[in-house]
Amino acid sequence: MLLEVKDLHAGIDGKEILKGLNLTVRKGEVHAIMGPNGSGKSTLSKVLAGHPSYEVTSGTVTFDGKNLLELEPDERAREGVFMAFQYPVEVPGVSNSQFLRLAYNQKAKHNGEEELDPLEFNDLLKEKAKIVEMDPQFFKRSVNEGFSGGEKKRNEILQMAVLEPKLAILDETDSGLDIDALRIVAEGVNKLRTSENGIILVTHYQRLLNYIVPDFVHVLAGGKVVKEGGKELALELEEKGYDWVKAAAK
Amino acid sequence: MKGFMTMTIAVSETQFTQPFKDQIANEDNADLRELRERAFEHFAKNGFPTPNLEDWKYTNVSEAVSEKWLVSSESRTIDSDLDIETLRKFRYDRNGFTALNQAFAAYRVIRIPKETSVDEPFILEHSAMVGEAIFPHTIVIAEAGSRATLVEIFASDAAGFTNSATQIFVEENANLTHCRVQKDAGDAFNYGVTEVTVGPAALYNATSINLGGAITRHDIEVVFTAEGGEAFVDGLYMLSGSQHHDTHSIIDHKVPNCTSHQSYKGVLNDTSRGVFNGKVFVREGARGTDAIQSNKNLLLSNDARVDTKPQLEIFNEDVKCAHGATVGQLEEEELFYLLTRGLPDPLARNLLTYGFAEEIINKIEVESLKEELDAAVLNRLNAEI
Ligand SMILES: Nc1ncnc2c1ncn2[C@@H]1O[C@H](COP(=O)(O)OP(=O)(O)O)[C@@H](O)[C@H]1O
Ligand SMILES: [Mg+2]
Repeated sequence: MLLEVKDLHAGIDGKEILKGLNLTVRKGEVHAIMGPNGSGKSTLSKVLAGHPSYEVTSGTVTFDGKNLLELEPDERAREGVFMAFQYPVEVPGVSNSQFLRLAYNQKAKHNGEEELDPLEFNDLLKEKAKIVEMDPQFFKRSVNEGFSGGEKKRNEILQMAVLEPKLAILDETDSGLDIDALRIVAEGVNKLRTSENGIILVTHYQRLLNYIVPDFVHVLAGGKVVKEGGKELALELEEKGYDWVKAAAK
Repeated sequence: MKGFMTMTIAVSETQFTQPFKDQIANEDNADLRELRERAFEHFAKNGFPTPNLEDWKYTNVSEAVSEKWLVSSESRTIDSDLDIETLRKFRYDRNGFTALNQAFAAYRVIRIPKETSVDEPFILEHSAMVGEAIFPHTIVIAEAGSRATLVEIFASDAAGFTNSATQIFVEENANLTHCRVQKDAGDAFNYGVTEVTVGPAALYNATSINLGGAITRHDIEVVFTAEGGEAFVDGLYMLSGSQHHDTHSIIDHKVPNCTSHQSYKGVLNDTSRGVFNGKVFVREGARGTDAIQSNKNLLLSNDARVDTKPQLEIFNEDVKCAHGATVGQLEEEELFYLLTRGLPDPLARNLLTYGFAEEIINKIEVESLKEELDAAVLNRLNAEI
């Protein structure tokens, strides 16, 4: 078992957003979490990543045998949790390669692996960048600064490629992408999909799932999973819209 | 009481009086002697600036100036290329420091000939020894169509007293890049003024890095005297311990169609104190002015403090101006982003602070200098990045 979320209640500023959420992810599985805007998808992603503004009021989250909720965000990351942000943050003055090498080395150190110097890391980065067809000119640029929406999303997947997480949570990685960029990002994720990792695809739309075929689909509404099924559930949602789901949540 | 009212300010005897008498006796250039005497008279009359003056209200130099300083014997070095008319343009009456500089100045002239591109930067390093007062005065004339880089480094490795002046003339179509790095020892005092005249379609690109010293102040004044001029007047002050730095900047759009960009950043730790005062004047008739100014400060400690005052004074319409200042801590969302990539909290904070400072340092194109400053910033953060 990679991730087990049980009866999770969480919120912000005293407002409950997740209201008893359950989710189990095993190694090698891809789970899609779908749901209307405001259903709590990003909240779930941020709670799993350890965002300090969100408060977990009850429930448990077990990751790789550990109590995830006890770990700081950076510890979670070094243990192998990765979240691709719906809105990636710009970090002025820090180059992409500098940032990624630091992150890579922190993880390497944690795993007792060899840390890389800038030259060695650059070789690794060049290889990884091919996965998302990213031009090496982006290595020198400040993290996400002045990147287009699509470039930011690609950069998130590049980070995933470098950090090789056990669990990747991709929050609306498809939003704001044109069809070519969507294909590139999706193919990148497919290349990173292995029998050893788990992926949670958070998305509003079904179209991403044409490219990354999920093993399970969970429909979130009102902070709870209201329906679960296989990949065909996504098509059903596409056809019927979310209204019936919202009704079900009430 | 009446007696007090009519009393003129006494010309006071200071520790600089005797050294001046000794030096001026050996000044054989009559014009220069007159200039120096006039400047010293101004100093003797007005003394050093005190916090009673609006422009000096946050920076108190009284302790530093009352210590015993030995006037550097280098003071009288005279450059043969020195032109008295250029010296007359220097506003020695700005304050007691500028007056004292003119009185004791060791002049140095750099002239970049017409239509000449100089690839190697001109590097001037100034350093005062313990208890020594130095008065470097540099004049840079970038003649029409020339292109060059000036690097000024202030690096006293002990408690010295630096009082410098730099006059810069960027003539028609010339392009001058200016890096000013102040990395004095932590117990040094440093006052410096930079006066810049930007001519027709000329470009002046300044980056001022302030890292060292106990009490330091830099006054910079950039004046556009013909159309089409452009200036970048950027800087960084990175302070810790009880350091105090003050930048007072004036950008004066006297003529139409000039562009100025100003970005100053401050990183303040411990009980350090920063002052930024930036005036941008857009004079009557200066149509088509484009001026942008910002001052952003990062406070790393609750006891650090910054007083920032960006000011725009516009006596004109048809101009594009923007200014602003911020004082704050690191952005929580940026910090969270770095944490989710596995960087431990202190490293993530250091990286963000480094990035904040790097935005200014990255402007520097002299590679060796940039690397050195990079390292200095990291050292300041006690970080290995
Ligand atoms: N920082 C916040 N402060 C207050 N309410 C929030 C905050 N973040 C999210 N919410 C609320 O929580 C609910 C779920 O939001 P979110 O998790 O972003 O949904 P989704 O990602 O599914 O669109 C929404 O009603 C939203 O308004
Ligand atoms: Mg969302």
